[in-house]
Amino acid sequence: MSNEYRKLLTVITESAIERDLLADMERLGAHGYTVTDARGKGSRGVRDAGWGEASNIRVEVLCDDATARAIALHLRTRYYDNYAMILFMSDVEILRPEKF
Amino acid sequence: MPALDPVVLFFLLGLAAGLARADLRLPGAIYEFLSMVLLLAIGLKGGVELARQSPVELLPQLGAVLLMGIVLPLAAYPVLRWRLARPDAASIAAHYGSVSVGTFAVAVAFLASQGVVYEAHIPVFVVLLEMPAIMVGILLARGMGRQTDWKRLGHEVFLGKGVVLMGGGLLIGWAAGPEGMRPLGGLFFDLFKGFLALFLLEMGLIAASQMASLRRHGAFLVVFGIVMPLLSALVGGWVGWLLGLSVGGTALFATLAASASYIAVPAAMRLAVPEANPTLSLAASLGVTFPFNVLVGVPLYLDLARLIHRLGA
Repeated sequence: MSNEYRKLLTVITESAIERDLLADMERLGAHGYTVTDARGKGSRGVRDAGWGEASNIRVEVLCDDATARAIALHLRTRYYDNYAMILFMSDVEILRPEKF
Repeated sequence: MPALDPVVLFFLLGLAAGLARADLRLPGAIYEFLSMVLLLAIGLKGGVELARQSPVELLPQLGAVLLMGIVLPLAAYPVLRWRLARPDAASIAAHYGSVSVGTFAVAVAFLASQGVVYEAHIPVFVVLLEMPAIMVGILLARGMGRQTDWKRLGHEVFLGKGVVLMGGGLLIGWAAGPEGMRPLGGLFFDLFKGFLALFLLEMGLIAASQMASLRRHGAFLVVFGIVMPLLSALVGGWVGWLLGLSVGGTALFATLAASASYIAVPAAMRLAVPEANPTLSLAASLGVTFPFNVLVGVPLYLDLARLIHRLGA
């Protein structure tokens, strides 16, 4: 077992931009991602996922530090002003380094 | 005044439950399913009727529908611009130039309950009316700039859920014809009103959730959300009459003009004009215009169609 570490980038945002967001991530070097439906409350009000326009997604990407920072920078400049978006990073221990 | 149709009572139940913060929430997947069935059912029904008709006869009507989809948002924009920023005014104008399939479905059910017949190819117009207003809205917000990714947006507009399902339904209904559709009629035609009732229950809940932003953004949107559909219905009713539609067809045409989108246009505007505040346009279209049309507008537009035909005759 290797003690290798990567970044886990988590983005919670509007499902309206899912397709663009995932295309951006792949272009910037993400090898894969996981998308789940999300609900919650924030500065843009309650988003209860009851219907399309009020639904949120949570996107998780495991990647190296440089890729995570490149994606984060891009998302900040491209989406922060006009879309509900939360973005955070954490260090995670991974078991199969060749995958990420 | 006829008694309220039970489907409208379902809407009121949803609205009341939402306003009272009752513990009621339809899962997103159910809402998706209901809207899919309604879109397909409307498309299939129109397609079956289309199979009986020559498409060439429809061309002038299709042209008039497209023109109306361009004129209505252009008329709404200056009024909205008086109180709102450019992106918001353009986005709301696009919502009001486009159509609401939910409102259309309510009008279809209402005409059926009143025994009023209408030209069954009108769903073709619903598909067509989704698009022009979106283009006009983007041009109003952006001008002819190079910032807009038209290819991406074209994908969103022409391959949006509403257009694919209703347009696909039209084609399937047209290809299958009345005989071919009979085995599917149980799901798509017999259960239509039941699905519509559940859909309206959810729409009541959604409309209630828009009320908070309506309180915040004030009287202007409320007045606009009621006056604009009334004026659009006059235009739609007049155009329907000019096109030689029956009383039922004219009423549906007026309803189409009066309704405001809440599925296709919000999604397209979110991508093309992201700086427009979606809560403003949704509060107006869902919080004001949709309930107004369901509760008051649809019966009113039938009376309007009757009046126009009487005056014109």
